[in-house]
Amino acid sequence: MKTRRSFIKALTLSASLAAMGSVSTFAQAADTIKVGVLHSLSGTMAISETALKNVALMAIDEINAAGGVMGKQLEPVVVDPASNWPLFAEKARQLLSQDKVAVTFGCWTSVSRKSVNPVFKELNGLLFYPVQYEGEELEKNVFYTGAAPNQQAIPAVEYLMSKDGGEAKRFVLLGTDYVYPRTTNKILRAFLHSKGVKDEDIMEEYTPFGHSDYQTIIANIKKFAAAGKKTAVVSTINGDSNVPFYKELGNAGLKATDVPVVAFSVGEEELRGVDAKPLVGHLAAWNYFMSVKNPTNAAFIKKYQDWAKKNGVPNADTVVTNDPMEATYVGIYMWKQAVEQAKTTDVDAVIAALGGQTFKAPSGFTLTMDKTNHHLHKPVLIGEVRADGQFSTVWKTKAPIRAQPWSPYIAGNEAKQNM
Amino acid sequence: MSLSLHHLLRVFLLAVCCTLGSAHAAPSTETLARLADDDSDTRIAAIAELGAEGSAQSVALLDALADEALALTGDGHLVILTDTGALDAASGEAIEPYPDDADPLMINNRVRNALQSAKAATNIRASDRSTRLAAAQLLRDSASELLMPILEPALATEQDKEIRSILALAVARVNLASAEPAKRILAAQRLGDSSDASVKAMLATLLDKDAKGQFIEPDAEVRAAAKASVQAIERRLAMADLASTAFTGLSLGSILLLAALGLAITYGVMGVINMAHGELLMVGAYATYVVQGLFRSYLPDYVDSYVLAAVPVAFLAAAAVGMLMERTVIRWLYGRPLETLLATWGLSLVLIQTARVIFGPQNVEVANPAWMSGGVSTYADIVLPWNRLVIIGFAIFVLLLVWLMMQKTRLGMFVRAVTQNRAMAGCVGVPTARIDTLAFGIGAGIAGLGGCALSQVANVGPAMGQGYIVDSFMVVVLGGVGQLAGAVTAAMGLGLMTKILEGWAGAVVAKILVLVFIIIFIQKRPQGLFALKGRFVED
Repeated sequence: MKTRRSFIKALTLSASLAAMGSVSTFAQAADTIKVGVLHSLSGTMAISETALKNVALMAIDEINAAGGVMGKQLEPVVVDPASNWPLFAEKARQLLSQDKVAVTFGCWTSVSRKSVNPVFKELNGLLFYPVQYEGEELEKNVFYTGAAPNQQAIPAVEYLMSKDGGEAKRFVLLGTDYVYPRTTNKILRAFLHSKGVKDEDIMEEYTPFGHSDYQTIIANIKKFAAAGKKTAVVSTINGDSNVPFYKELGNAGLKATDVPVVAFSVGEEELRGVDAKPLVGHLAAWNYFMSVKNPTNAAFIKKYQDWAKKNGVPNADTVVTNDPMEATYVGIYMWKQAVEQAKTTDVDAVIAALGGQTFKAPSGFTLTMDKTNHHLHKPVLIGEVRADGQFSTVWKTKAPIRAQPWSPYIAGNEAKQNM
Repeated sequence: MSLSLHHLLRVFLLAVCCTLGSAHAAPSTETLARLADDDSDTRIAAIAELGAEGSAQSVALLDALADEALALTGDGHLVILTDTGALDAASGEAIEPYPDDADPLMINNRVRNALQSAKAATNIRASDRSTRLAAAQLLRDSASELLMPILEPALATEQDKEIRSILALAVARVNLASAEPAKRILAAQRLGDSSDASVKAMLATLLDKDAKGQFIEPDAEVRAAAKASVQAIERRLAMADLASTAFTGLSLGSILLLAALGLAITYGVMGVINMAHGELLMVGAYATYVVQGLFRSYLPDYVDSYVLAAVPVAFLAAAAVGMLMERTVIRWLYGRPLETLLATWGLSLVLIQTARVIFGPQNVEVANPAWMSGGVSTYADIVLPWNRLVIIGFAIFVLLLVWLMMQKTRLGMFVRAVTQNRAMAGCVGVPTARIDTLAFGIGAGIAGLGGCALSQVANVGPAMGQGYIVDSFMVVVLGGVGQLAGAVTAAMGLGLMTKILEGWAGAVVAKILVLVFIIIFIQKRPQGLFALKGRFVED
């Protein structure tokens, strides 16, 4: 009996000594770094956000397998805010004050981000937001790894107005009714005005979240397009409404060669639930497509597919990667690099270290975190839907471009370009 | 678009002149190289050359490019990828071994447009009627002076009446810009037969004045003809507008009716406030999803008929869940509406969570079978989608079924008897408890049928029922409790009203206005549209 007790004592001692030797100074029982994952796994946004949770877990597994961050394993804390915006704030508070996470990766819709912003500010947390958005915001506690309007919306509309894009002269701005589509369309309207497009050639339409009957809207688009000038639709529809929208578009016979639809929130994941054949030629603007060919991307796709199979993701044999997933992945690695550079997970130190971090992204470009504005320098890609639900790139920028979170097309923004 | 088309046709006509009579040679390697160029203009010119040449090999090349089956190998050879192997693009001969590094050429919308035009110009001479019709429609929408050498002979030789009228419109569109006033008058008159808003816009420009206050069209007769035609098209478009609003309203109404019919029985006839009604719809939709999965794995040849098999399965699945609910929970709460409301609400949460556990929290994909995809083009280019037409038909079928069941069967009579006077029905030997269970099961089963129909137009997910519970209660309460006719009128009325308001004020405002209307209506007429009359009302 005695021998056993002393054996255990010796074991504990040596273990803690080993821990103290290899890892920095604190000797906690479970020496891990907690990482929050805040994505809707149910409700209208689950179609888009579930994959982001998956890719975050995959990146964490990958980092852990490679030895963790500063020798510590990452411990993911996954919560489900259920597409319910106030619940996002509650869950964020729980992650920060109860679970004491070092960093959180989460949110898709801008309304959910706006709902958690005050929480991260109050408790001095760190949020990585991986989705393209409307700009007009710059929080000290948030890093934006998705695109700002000048990295997605503006180039997409410029493409539609170009010769290859069909020289569109009339625009339908169609969106879900909340802050992101409303602000983006405000910027786009100002941009179109600057290009000489008049108000009578712009139609703006909004639908509620989860809207499923797009008959009237499609009929209105047809009517609007018949006025003689080439018309294009700019869609900021979010969530599962996209499935009935594209179904109706296909059934009503509105082809991309007549009226192209360019979408800002539709990627490979959203098209999984739709028969893509009638949609061939419709467009999406992103900073990454799964169809991009380069070794980094091939490895990224392979890793995700293997991870999905191993972890029993439903329909694991058909999983796809998309832009916000890439942005999540890049964000996690940039955070890791910043922590290792700062040698601590302290939020202020990490924020200071994040500016200037670079990472070779699956898009084939080396992305840089801007030194001042908390946004990535990103390339812009415009793709057309293929019959298999993938996108073929029809236009892209030569190099990553710097984000302008405060759009120059909105009056009074000139002085706000940096933190 | 028009620029590229002009360019394309110029090359086309030039090529026709040069190659007429000469033997069809294989496309030159230089043309092929340009087909794979990075610049769209170069590619479009190459497409035009190939289209003009019109040899079998060129047509095959264009088809392959349109299907993204034309590929570039690592060493710069163009090949056509087929299901069985790869063909050399220039000669059409099979290539051994299969080039693994072949990368399909991407096309954008502009190139796709050029391909379609090139195809249409050859297809207008095809022997198959539907091919010619499609080609004629495409040429009509892109008609220009340069197309005349194709359009006029086609119009002269075309026998089919429908295609002739389309081609005549195309020719008229071009002649509207003719130098001879007589031709212009004829064209302007002819275009009055069109029901295309873009033609109206084109004619309307003739009536405009330029900056100096002069009419753009100098001839007063042409202007008069154009004006008459504009009015004719406007009348037709207004009719079409009305017709399409009516159709979308009926379609939404049929969906609301299918969602609410089950509730019309459980709440309307039996008086159970069933907050889990939406989840019974969800059960029906998931049953459809499961049937689709079974067909895909076991009967892949008959996958298009899975919907037919799903109809009875959805009914039975939802009916079973409904009867279980009735036996275990609801029967103990008859006559206590508040408790029923709370208990069924709890049941709805249980059902949502169960679906989440079994099928996962994400929406599942229920595909339209091929025969329910696309639409039928009718008067004035209104497209009626098949899935919506089928659902309207299905709603009528289910309604008929419910009516027959309630009015013509023994069970229906018992249900009505129990509703009217439970004690009396019991006295004459009606097994009231069993009738309650069966009636509830049937109501739930009808909800399952509604879910089956909803799966064809809306998203299928665990919480899908939540979106329909409010609509369903709206229909039943508005229609008047206990009346099928009321539910039908209310569903169609709400559908039409929503669609008319949506066209006028947008989806968000329309939803608010409909709810405001119902609140006011219920305050003025709490018994709904069709109130029950007679002795048993107060019960």
